[in-house]
Amino acid sequence: MRDVAVVGIGIMKWGELWEKSFRDIFVEAALNSLDDAGVDKIDSLVVGCMTGGLFVGQEHVGAIMADYLGQKNIPAAHVESACASGGLALRQGIFEVASGMSDIVMAAGVEKMTDTSGDGATYALAAAADQEYEVFHGVTFPGLYAMMACAYMNKYKVTRKQLSSIPVKAHHNGAMNPYAQYPFPIKIEDVANGVKVADPLYLLDCSPITDGAAACILTTVENAKKMKKPYIKITGSGMATDTIALSQRDSLFWLKSTEIAGKNALKMAGRKISDIDCVEVHDCFSIAEALVTEALGFFKPGMGVKAAAAGKTALDGQIPVNPSGGLKSKGHPVGATGIGQVVEIVKQLRGEAEGGRQIKGSPKIGMTQNMGGSGASAVVHILEVE
Amino acid sequence: MFPSRIWREMPQRYRLEASTCKKCGKIFYPPRLICDKCGYRKFEKINLPEEGKLKTFTVIRTPASQFSDEAPYAIGIIRFSNGLQMMGQIVDCDLEKLKIGQAMRLEFRRVQTHDTHGVLSYAHKFVPKWY
Amino acid sequence: MVGIVGYGAQIPRHRIKVEEIAKVWGADAPSYKKGLMLSEKSVPTPDVDTITLSVAAARNALKRALINPKDIGAVYVGSESHPYAVKPSGTTVAEAIGCVPDCHCADFEFACKAGSEAMFVGLGLVKSGFCKYVLAIGGDTSQGAPGDALEYSAAAGAAAFIMGKKDVIAECTHTYSFMTDTPDFWRREHEFYPQHAGRFTGEPAYFRTVKGAAAGILKKAGMTPKDFDYVIFHQPNGKFPQRVGKMLGFTKKQIEPGWLAPRLGNTYSGASPIGLTSTLDISKPGDKILMISYGSGAGSDAFVWKVTDRIKEARDLAVRTSTLLDKNITYVDYGTYAKYRHKILKNK
Repeated sequence: MRDVAVVGIGIMKWGELWEKSFRDIFVEAALNSLDDAGVDKIDSLVVGCMTGGLFVGQEHVGAIMADYLGQKNIPAAHVESACASGGLALRQGIFEVASGMSDIVMAAGVEKMTDTSGDGATYALAAAADQEYEVFHGVTFPGLYAMMACAYMNKYKVTRKQLSSIPVKAHHNGAMNPYAQYPFPIKIEDVANGVKVADPLYLLDCSPITDGAAACILTTVENAKKMKKPYIKITGSGMATDTIALSQRDSLFWLKSTEIAGKNALKMAGRKISDIDCVEVHDCFSIAEALVTEALGFFKPGMGVKAAAAGKTALDGQIPVNPSGGLKSKGHPVGATGIGQVVEIVKQLRGEAEGGRQIKGSPKIGMTQNMGGSGASAVVHILEVE
Repeated sequence: MFPSRIWREMPQRYRLEASTCKKCGKIFYPPRLICDKCGYRKFEKINLPEEGKLKTFTVIRTPASQFSDEAPYAIGIIRFSNGLQMMGQIVDCDLEKLKIGQAMRLEFRRVQTHDTHGVLSYAHKFVPKWY
Repeated sequence: MVGIVGYGAQIPRHRIKVEEIAKVWGADAPSYKKGLMLSEKSVPTPDVDTITLSVAAARNALKRALINPKDIGAVYVGSESHPYAVKPSGTTVAEAIGCVPDCHCADFEFACKAGSEAMFVGLGLVKSGFCKYVLAIGGDTSQGAPGDALEYSAAAGAAAFIMGKKDVIAECTHTYSFMTDTPDFWRREHEFYPQHAGRFTGEPAYFRTVKGAAAGILKKAGMTPKDFDYVIFHQPNGKFPQRVGKMLGFTKKQIEPGWLAPRLGNTYSGASPIGLTSTLDISKPGDKILMISYGSGAGSDAFVWKVTDRIKEARDLAVRTSTLLDKNITYVDYGTYAKYRHKILKNK
């Protein structure tokens, strides 16, 4: 296997992009990644997208995106693993480069979520849960995470205020991110003063509906050195799955797939969790961030929310979690989220994070954790400055 | 929803049919073709009990379109005495008074009642045990 | 011996008071309450329909019958509010209780008499030896037009009876039916609410038919009102059964246990069948019960039941009807009721 590096990243301003189409937002981010890498031709494209079919009626995403990117005739694949589609696209891109099948691969993610009504988007997202035994009964994604939160908060005696500290931290970081959908700070009392979505979760516990795309250019470390560009090496990749139905898990709040994916990525990289300097995790809901930080091993079971409330996940904390603002503030265009996380970690490791959110002390090792459904898929990557 | 989807799941939704692995005894709902514990492929049909205990729940206030007339509604996971867990709506209840550990009885109800032209779908919902 | 081997009821927990409906239509609640002898009625939530009520009642009947559902040879559901215009309710009930595919199913419709019709046919099939057991259900989630007098009474509920020959709870000793073409209440195809002929529904329809059925069965059985411990009439409101009972010479005491309309409303096909369940709940071995249904259009089915020793073991194997009627109830306002009953216009 050949060593793989990220030589270019591209993102765009995420949000409700009424004037931009599904293909336009992809191309905008993809061109930014090509410019960043200084390449104009790729050998292959892997696009993560959860459900172009349900959101805009467009499948066959690989071919249309390659064409509009001006790269027609190349191999292009669409990969899907619900909200972990972006992370999966990166993993598949790594395989292509590592195996020697391609030298320059674009791993990208895209989702256009606003060309449908609010309940239409809820319906599309719910396709990532068990249709016959969860969605059939009327559960939604906020509902699934709310059930996890309800069981977790009951077991570990977590307060509403402690949970609210997570979106507050997200918005604090996101306010410094020029690409974020909601770049403004919020106060702790704003969360529980807001609209209830699925008890105990309020609107500010939930990531938004977002249009957005992100892309990165992968090549071999050897090639990256020749390109004379700053590159970030990908040292670990782990993916794992779990039961799609929440009710079938041994624990209603332990994210087994994230635990396994994290361990496998660390093992591949030859690292321990304490080696990680910064991490982007899948905070689709406030509770999710806490559960992920526990499953990855940053905090003991039951301590995730309390650690966040104590400031341990802040930019200057024990382990900065979601310096980008996370899904909560930066936005959550589902298929693009996993690549958006890579963009942030690459910026942090290059020392290029804008707006004052650059983590102090030159972080050297970063991690991304991208998750699908209520945790049925998890993809973890380790990125390092060589 | 196309009728075949509703029809196929009737044994599970109407009669709460589950399956027990003939080798290791693990219970599956819905039934499966291979046991994820021991790999055995032969099962015995069983019916789930009519009661369970609430393990977790939420109140859905922003539902998908097919449930928009019913919001807010409660949905939860119950655990049966045999250890199996199941998700379903909680009805005939005071939304503010639901508690983890509460005993629930299963009742046959209409699910997804929004349209006036399709095939009706029925399944079990949970009702707090009151008698 | 042919009769009931298992019985059960189901009533939704929600209720609406006469005052709440009267308030919306500017009607005088006290006069309605007095005129109808009715103070409130049951309201089904949107996830409750004739099929779900039937399944719940059937499961209660199975608990009392202690039989294998596979031995049920026929499932008959009588209702004027079958959820489908075309597609049987009975097959869903049969599928849910697990007696498919070796069974016969049919839906009955005869205004408020559809339930007793199912009972009558069930008894006949068991007696003839065609079926070992027959499940006969009467249930409705009936609708009265907004503002109409019927809106104060049209309610929801169901009762189920398993007819058989072995381990009978109440033997059916006699039946008699009285039928004429009397168009007092009807609903044409594609209409949402039924229409009725006002006061014509009383004397020439309900009273003439019920009295005719009573006279017929008393003669056939060689009995008088005094020979009965209890009597159950169809109850479109609280007043009619009391009045017809008095006309026929029955006492309030005989009527009382099966007289549920004052707090339940008119459950249409479920009305006299649910009354029979609540009467069986409190009956003693040897008690004789007269039941007379009524369906507009018009006809009455009458049954004489003789309670056996098995009532003592069977009655508490499932929830009693009085528990469903009195406990755990919750009141809704007219807005909620209108939403539940799809009376609010929305864009499709």
